[in-house]
Amino acid sequence: MGKTIAEKILSEKAGKDVIPGEIIVAKVDLALVQDGTGPLTVEVFDKFGFKDVKPDKAILFIDHAAPSPRKELSNAHNILRDFAKRTRAMVSDVGEGVSHQIMAEKYVKPGDLLVGADSHTCTGGGLGAFSTGMGSTDLALAFGLGKVWLKVPETFLFELKGRLPEGVYSKDIILHIIGTIGADGVTYKAMEFTGEVLDQLSQEARLTISNMAVEAGAKAGLIPTDETTKAYLKEYGRENDFRKIKADPDANYEKVFTIDVSNLEPAVSFPHTVDNTRKISEARGVKINQVFIGTCTNGRIEDLRIAASILKGRKKHPDIRLIVVPASRDVYKKALKEGLFDIFIDAGAAIMAPGCGPCVGVHEGVLGDNEKVLSTQNRNFLGRMGNPKGEIYLASPATAAASAITGEITDPRDYLQ
Amino acid sequence: MILKGKVWKFGDDISTDHIAPGRYFHLRTNLPELAKHVLEDAREDFASKVEKGDIIVAGRNFGLGSSREHAPRIIKLAGVAAIIAKSFARIFYRNAVNIGLPLIEIKEADEIDEGDVLEIDLANGFVKNTTKGKEYKFVPMPKFMLYVINEGGIENYISKYGDYKI
Repeated sequence: MGKTIAEKILSEKAGKDVIPGEIIVAKVDLALVQDGTGPLTVEVFDKFGFKDVKPDKAILFIDHAAPSPRKELSNAHNILRDFAKRTRAMVSDVGEGVSHQIMAEKYVKPGDLLVGADSHTCTGGGLGAFSTGMGSTDLALAFGLGKVWLKVPETFLFELKGRLPEGVYSKDIILHIIGTIGADGVTYKAMEFTGEVLDQLSQEARLTISNMAVEAGAKAGLIPTDETTKAYLKEYGRENDFRKIKADPDANYEKVFTIDVSNLEPAVSFPHTVDNTRKISEARGVKINQVFIGTCTNGRIEDLRIAASILKGRKKHPDIRLIVVPASRDVYKKALKEGLFDIFIDAGAAIMAPGCGPCVGVHEGVLGDNEKVLSTQNRNFLGRMGNPKGEIYLASPATAAASAITGEITDPRDYLQ
Repeated sequence: MILKGKVWKFGDDISTDHIAPGRYFHLRTNLPELAKHVLEDAREDFASKVEKGDIIVAGRNFGLGSSREHAPRIIKLAGVAAIIAKSFARIFYRNAVNIGLPLIEIKEADEIDEGDVLEIDLANGFVKNTTKGKEYKFVPMPKFMLYVINEGGIENYISKYGDYKI
């Protein structure tokens, strides 16, 4: 019997042929925590009496509240910095950016097992790694033992067919999928993507899709590797990390979905669940108070280029705040060099240091009561951005940029030549 | 293990932001303080009124969202003995197992009301609603997870065995 991508990678990491439903112990290649989850990992790690970290790379990301907005968080950050001093673990400190973007640029290799105490660790699936989120205690064990317990998931296959229309992006595809199958549509399973549309998507656009797998409840969002993957790794000096990862032709999928993207419209997810997705034609006109372009979902250079192409020579609506947060230092430098910051600044944007920005609700754009934000992030739960009396709408960077100009949810195709 | 307690009722899609809101991010290194806000954005009075041994009963996809283990930890810290739901989000489920908080999936969760008294037999897979005189079957957790729950969480489990015994 052939294997899905999930089954192939987990078989390698367990050192035996695995089958869905089986509980295995798997060797961890890469392990990450962040400033929200890491201090608890350190506490549990110390309780076990572990002395050093086992995985090739164990990384502590200070990205959720970076730079720190208050003393409790500054102290939490120091717990991570101190841990890195006494172990082989590394710190990625203030200004470096969001964990998932840095992992993609520097560390994740096709075929790796990456575990992270952050739900959007599934982003690494876009590079053909089995990459999944878990808790702080799991990460203490991954750090200390170099392995984790896992239940092998069944896989749902998503075949993406057709031609992606202008103004419609990978964010719209994944919002559409989640809107169709539901926020628990793939609970516990692995998502695997295939089909001709992948050839039309850059590596960055693919990462957006994998990033949101967890919003359908999935354990991983796996994309086979190809020349696009190789070119991306090469861009970051990691050509040798490339490896072909794909499912066997006779792999067994629990369900297969075929999605024709040719007629998709830009999508917007309404509050307070990600699956509350509407087409732009049914969403336009909603007045907003803030637009946020950034995050591990859509804070990459390609996203900023798209937003800048719409904002060029235009101004944001006077009644809204426009916040731009590059996902990493590399994205930040590229945007600066390419003149994108000039466009954002002239449009009236506030540009913040690389990191999670206002997505997590701790700083840099907490909503006021009864305010609405249109954001390129992945999640719109009640209270997510720091105020349960605020509302979060999710969309692509293009839709966000167009909406920043008009002050209401707007079809980006109105602004594309 | 038999658990007995009275029910607190919640709806569908209770996220980790309902359970441990982002605005209390700075309290994550102070779990007893964070526990004073547990489930605040779903029911404001929950933290002040919940009693030791109480049971949460909810709808679909309980615990969706973030990987924050603080969410199940503060539910346990508040005294909750178990959570019953129609379904759970994956990371929440995993975290709950690791910290020794039993979760039970039953489709008929809607038939259970606030204040009902339940008895849960984890190993044999029964929930008895003693208030209504009804009984429900559920598929017990896989053995490994039950061992972890019975040890009170994976900290105790690993301390005892030194490694995963699978």
